[in-house]
Amino acid sequence: MHEEISIRKARALGIAFIIFGFAVLALFLPGTAADQTTTFTFNLSSSEAIEIPPLTVGTRMALYFTALLSVALGMWQLAKGFKRVYLVLTFVSLLFVLAFLAWAAKGKSMNLTGMLQSTLLRAIPITLAGLSGVLCERSAVINIGIEGMMLAGAFVSALVGSVTQSYWWGLLAALLAGGLFGALLAVLAIRYKVDQIIAGTAINILATGLTSYFSSRYLQVHQELNHPPTFQPISIPLLGNIPILGPIFFNHTLLVYVTLILVVLIHIILFYTRWGLRTRAVGEHPRAADTLGINVFKVRYVNVIAGGIVAGLGGAYLVLSSVARFDELMTAGKGFIGLAAMIFGKWTPFGAFGASMIFGFADSLQTKLAILSVPIPSQFLLMAPYLVTMIVLAGVVGQANPPAADGQPYEKE
Amino acid sequence: MTQEKEKDKKEKRILKINWQAMAVPLLAIFTALVLGALIIAFTDETVYAAFRESGFFGGIGRAVEVIRIAYGALFIGAFGDPKLLWEAIVHGDGEAFTQAIYPFTETLRVTTPYIFAGLAVALGFQGGLFNIGAEGQYFIAGLATVFVGYSLKGVPAIIHLPLALLAGIAGGAFWGAIPGYLKAKTGAHEVINTIMMNYIAFRFAEFMLDVGGPMARPDSFRPVSPEIEPSAYLPQFFPSNSAIRFNWGFFLALAAAAFVGWLLYKTTLGYEIRTVGQNPHAARYAGISVPKTIILTMAISGGLAGLAGATDILGVLHFMPNAFASGYGFDAIALALLGKSNPVGVVLASLLFGALRAGARYMQGIAHIPLDITSILQGVIIVFIAAPEIIQTLYRLKQKIEGEEGVVFTRGWGQM
Repeated sequence: MHEEISIRKARALGIAFIIFGFAVLALFLPGTAADQTTTFTFNLSSSEAIEIPPLTVGTRMALYFTALLSVALGMWQLAKGFKRVYLVLTFVSLLFVLAFLAWAAKGKSMNLTGMLQSTLLRAIPITLAGLSGVLCERSAVINIGIEGMMLAGAFVSALVGSVTQSYWWGLLAALLAGGLFGALLAVLAIRYKVDQIIAGTAINILATGLTSYFSSRYLQVHQELNHPPTFQPISIPLLGNIPILGPIFFNHTLLVYVTLILVVLIHIILFYTRWGLRTRAVGEHPRAADTLGINVFKVRYVNVIAGGIVAGLGGAYLVLSSVARFDELMTAGKGFIGLAAMIFGKWTPFGAFGASMIFGFADSLQTKLAILSVPIPSQFLLMAPYLVTMIVLAGVVGQANPPAADGQPYEKE
Repeated sequence: MTQEKEKDKKEKRILKINWQAMAVPLLAIFTALVLGALIIAFTDETVYAAFRESGFFGGIGRAVEVIRIAYGALFIGAFGDPKLLWEAIVHGDGEAFTQAIYPFTETLRVTTPYIFAGLAVALGFQGGLFNIGAEGQYFIAGLATVFVGYSLKGVPAIIHLPLALLAGIAGGAFWGAIPGYLKAKTGAHEVINTIMMNYIAFRFAEFMLDVGGPMARPDSFRPVSPEIEPSAYLPQFFPSNSAIRFNWGFFLALAAAAFVGWLLYKTTLGYEIRTVGQNPHAARYAGISVPKTIILTMAISGGLAGLAGATDILGVLHFMPNAFASGYGFDAIALALLGKSNPVGVVLASLLFGALRAGARYMQGIAHIPLDITSILQGVIIVFIAAPEIIQTLYRLKQKIEGEEGVVFTRGWGQM
């Protein structure tokens, strides 16, 4: 399923690979002594069945190796051209990141498994936000209210979880709150045909106001109302004991597993079921879908409400699976980053998940760098996801094609 | 001749108060206030206590009392206590007079950045562009302004102040022009790009102002910039009373509103902006360069948002703290909507929001109502304004048959 790209772009990518290679040498080599080594470790807990020995490499060797490899790939791209050049681009980017890690941790050791685990944990709320966006936009309703829906889910899960002392009720309440805001967006966008970006903005402002108001009125006065029980990590037997993969994927709380399952589930629903076909038809060409007897409004209502529920789950995750309390504005832009992940992932569940992992990686990397006291301001790493999104959206790398009818209200004739 | 007449008509339409057009915004505000009152009453523990102790009517009475106290405080916090003002006037006491109008000057001070930011979004709306990036443009403008403010020394105010303002305009315009350029050249939707650039601006400001960062105050342990030179200060309106932070920035904002009105309705560029906003395809046929207009609109919009940051720093703060603004971007959208993207409307909407914000602070002190009630009111107002049918059904208003002249922003993320 590779895309045709222009010769100009193919050439530019080849040159980019070579530049990446030289950048590795230019940026990281000068400060690296000949005898320095970097150690990567892979064991996180004692639950792994097999201990993987740590990998120690000469830092300079690692830099030469990665630089040479990406220059070679660039040469090949210029001379012959790869068929799946975006895969190679991903690989070269990975090489660059590896070279960077080798340089950042020179003379020290770095636990790669631990870093990937924290990457996944940071990616979960972004993934849920992205999935919410995928559900809505596949049926052609733009949802920039995800941030607000997550906030509502987070607040309600903290409050209800604390009152009932049960994370199950907290979770249920969060799904309900997300669904309600989803329904509000649906009514505004579908019934009243309000511009969808304005409707989403209104939801963000409303959710911010409501959660902050009730939080300072109740949660801050009665601390016991902001103390929900949390989901505990469950290690999956056998799978959890696999080295590297076990700690990364199979030693988490229920909500993490639910998210991973949702990624697969929504993919299947969208691309292999009748409902998914209808959703996509409504997203691409509602008039044609209507002619074929599909109820455009119903499809949109269901998808947008489902999207709200998924966003509410994202909010619940932040509270019930993470910090165990609600703080005002605690989503801190994750809803918007999720939207970016959705675009980056080309409106597919797996794409959104992959993009979320990249964003989660940038996030976890900057905390790691602070520990390693690397002289790079963490702010620049935190900027990276936003820059990458803008580059992708501008069509520099691949083409971002939203559903054709995205954002347009449907009027029955 | 006919053109002249058209112009005349248009002018009259701007100046004449159209009550039918005003009905929806006014009723939206009213309904929002009623909802706010209900929220205040329902979240007050003394109301529940009164219901338990003195029955239904006692409870209702207590609820009315709570709402009266809250909204009374909101009013006094926004406009000042009429009783104090009257006494000051009667006694001819200048000191007491400035004290009495202090709340109102605070309202005007809060209104100032709102006007700029609201105008920024309104101008974008007119050009069919959705600038959610006022917040980021505000940050970058703040950085540029404060840099000119503290790094130039020994320059007379007549040069320093305009330079600092210009730096703010340039910073905001630059930050706004980038998503404009991307939209014009690649079709990338400005909403997502301005949101992304908000976060980039936020991180960039954090980096610049971080302790030990390039623009941090050398001897400080807080992430703040150095103080600007007094020659870059926007003059205070009441220099004798330093507590009053009201300054000439407000009149600058009014001038900006006049400028935007002139630009939109009296110049070729304004005509082009509005045409592109209403129908880019028609604009292209009419020979208007759509990409150029988009970039210019976003740059001017960014420059206006930048002035919000510049006047906040030059008139009020005199330095730049890290994370010194929050929510301007979204508030500005509400303002532009409420003001129907019309400069006069934006000024009026800004006054309302300024009064709400300033009053809410006092209300929090007196009646312990969290400030965030204003965000709830704003959210509700946007919903009602965006979906006027709700208000029309609620109050049995006559539905307008012909469609409102609106601009469509949402055309998908990556297309023109």
